[in-house]
Amino acid sequence: MRLAVEKRETTSQAFRFFSPFAAVLLSLLFGAAFLWASGLNPLKVYSTMWWGAFGDAYGVSETFVTAIPIMLCALGIALAAKMLLWNVGAEGQFHMGAFAAASVALSMPKAPAWQVLPLMAMAGMAGGAIWALIPGIPRAYLGVNEIITTLMLNYVAIYWVEYLVHGPWRDPGSLNFPLSAPFSDAARLPALFGSRVHAGILFALVAAAAIFVVLSRTKWGYEITVIGENPKAARYAGMNIERNVVLVMCLAGALAGLAGMAEVSAIAGRMTRQLSPGYGYSAIIVAWLAKLNPWAVVIVSVLFGGLLVGGYSAQFIGVSAASVNMLQGLMLFFVLAVEAAGRYRVRVVRQAEAEAEE
Amino acid sequence: MSGGMLISILAAAVSSGTPVLFAALGELVCERAGVLNLGVEGMMLVGAVSGFLATVRTGNIWVGVMAAVAAGGLMGLIHAFMSISLRVNQVVSGLALTLFGTGVSGFLGKSVIGVPLPAQFRAVAIPGLSSIPVLGPILFRHDLMVYLTFILVPALWYLLYRTRPGLHLRAVGESPQTADALGVNVFAIRYVSVIAGGMLAGLGGAYLSMAYAPSWIESMTAGRGWIAVALVIFAVWDPVRAMIGSYLFGGVDALGFRIQVMGSGVSSFFLKMLPYVFTIAVLIIVTATASKRSSRAPEALGLPYERE
Repeated sequence: MRLAVEKRETTSQAFRFFSPFAAVLLSLLFGAAFLWASGLNPLKVYSTMWWGAFGDAYGVSETFVTAIPIMLCALGIALAAKMLLWNVGAEGQFHMGAFAAASVALSMPKAPAWQVLPLMAMAGMAGGAIWALIPGIPRAYLGVNEIITTLMLNYVAIYWVEYLVHGPWRDPGSLNFPLSAPFSDAARLPALFGSRVHAGILFALVAAAAIFVVLSRTKWGYEITVIGENPKAARYAGMNIERNVVLVMCLAGALAGLAGMAEVSAIAGRMTRQLSPGYGYSAIIVAWLAKLNPWAVVIVSVLFGGLLVGGYSAQFIGVSAASVNMLQGLMLFFVLAVEAAGRYRVRVVRQAEAEAEE
Repeated sequence: MSGGMLISILAAAVSSGTPVLFAALGELVCERAGVLNLGVEGMMLVGAVSGFLATVRTGNIWVGVMAAVAAGGLMGLIHAFMSISLRVNQVVSGLALTLFGTGVSGFLGKSVIGVPLPAQFRAVAIPGLSSIPVLGPILFRHDLMVYLTFILVPALWYLLYRTRPGLHLRAVGESPQTADALGVNVFAIRYVSVIAGGMLAGLGGAYLSMAYAPSWIESMTAGRGWIAVALVIFAVWDPVRAMIGSYLFGGVDALGFRIQVMGSGVSSFFLKMLPYVFTIAVLIIVTATASKRSSRAPEALGLPYERE
């Protein structure tokens, strides 16, 4: 007798809808085991996290604030992943976008908002896009592994920002803290509804809508899907894969760069080295939890924002910041495992059957 | 630059390259069997924290090493189960492993931040060999873990190219269908390779936290796991070239550190960027210049094997 793993003919609609929830639930269960083993009460930790993230107006507003950069980064990652392009460099593109936007803000301290904000947004997108093209162009024309190059560039971008805030950009008035001078009020992206939720959420929603329309309604979106599913057939059908790789990387970088612009302008209001607690990495998980669907990215980002904000609250009862990272990794595992469970079923093969198969 | 200084930089290149070399050898074995593992960074971190924790608890470095190897192997087992049995996307599984490893190591290591290691690897000069001019100080005044790689690299080369299991391993990575038809157990070989790869990555992590910079700092691998993955491409999946690549990386790392110490006026942040920029540049050059035949990855790399 042995166990056989067999391919299922079809996966039910209901399964496909519920599988991400099952994955989240399983990772919470496993996370609970870790918490319990380290002497914490998992129920207390989870309820603290839940109330911290969704329990009051402040929590909900923080959850949305945290969701914005993740949403923008994840939309770009999902679009690229549709074409089997692995952009794990959103973290670096985010930092370069913030850097470019901050350059504009710091060099135009007197300009009115209608001038400086659009310029900052454009600079942010350009910064992220250029940072994505450095690995994108070699990937398109030489086949250089983009996973490694995008990841290496994260480190370079973060050291670049550190250099700026410790060196040429350091504000003499910052009491030796690594901070740039504060931006003018005109260079601050406005908040909405009297909360800290800022206009960056509109960028994200517009981007989600645009990506949805492109993927489902345009010839270009069709090309992206075909290239991702069968590059050989796409090449045979005369599609220009190289150009599409460059374009998609450029877009993914621009979205992450825009996230950096929104964060530095609306939240920090100056350049600092602590702009992101790893938004670009969380966005990778969000993109996969959302199965690369732009609207699902929007929803999952908010849940993920809640996870991060809840994680901060949990730190007050002795949970380390790292356990939130652990939980994120677990989620990605269970998304994969549950998805696989949908594609295969395990069957017990009896001796006689096994012999008949031989 | 004086000769003495050059020698000391080259010696530093060897010790700085050693953790990356362990991880790169692990990735090489794994990829030769056809499985892409992007979890090396996470595996190294888990190895580093386990080795450190076990050494702090027991005071014995060898227990630490065993713990790191076991932890890396366990991470390998997870990746093997996901990618070989469940046949999930290997890229995403590897990324999950790295995220999980980063989180779990930070979680486990919280209690030992700033704690000194009660015992650590110390340099042992090999009698005779260490007194050879130039080569002696560069190669033979290190700790036992470095000497272990001197044995590991030729051993792995011999295993891959001169033995039957090595032939099977390569066959499984090139054409699992053919290997299967010839009676080679594709699943078993892949499992063993991925787990062994994890063990080596764990060793690399332990080298970092127990010999190279004896301490535990969150995310202390700082991308070395990814550099190891890049080195395998540079090395064209060959152990000897992986060794050369690791020392090259180690040299850049050591050089940056030296320039920083000397106070050259160049910002330390630029020097810290050096290894990453170097890795990107090398990767682009290698991919662009290598002929298609000689730089070919194992044919079945990244593809789950499905028995028909």
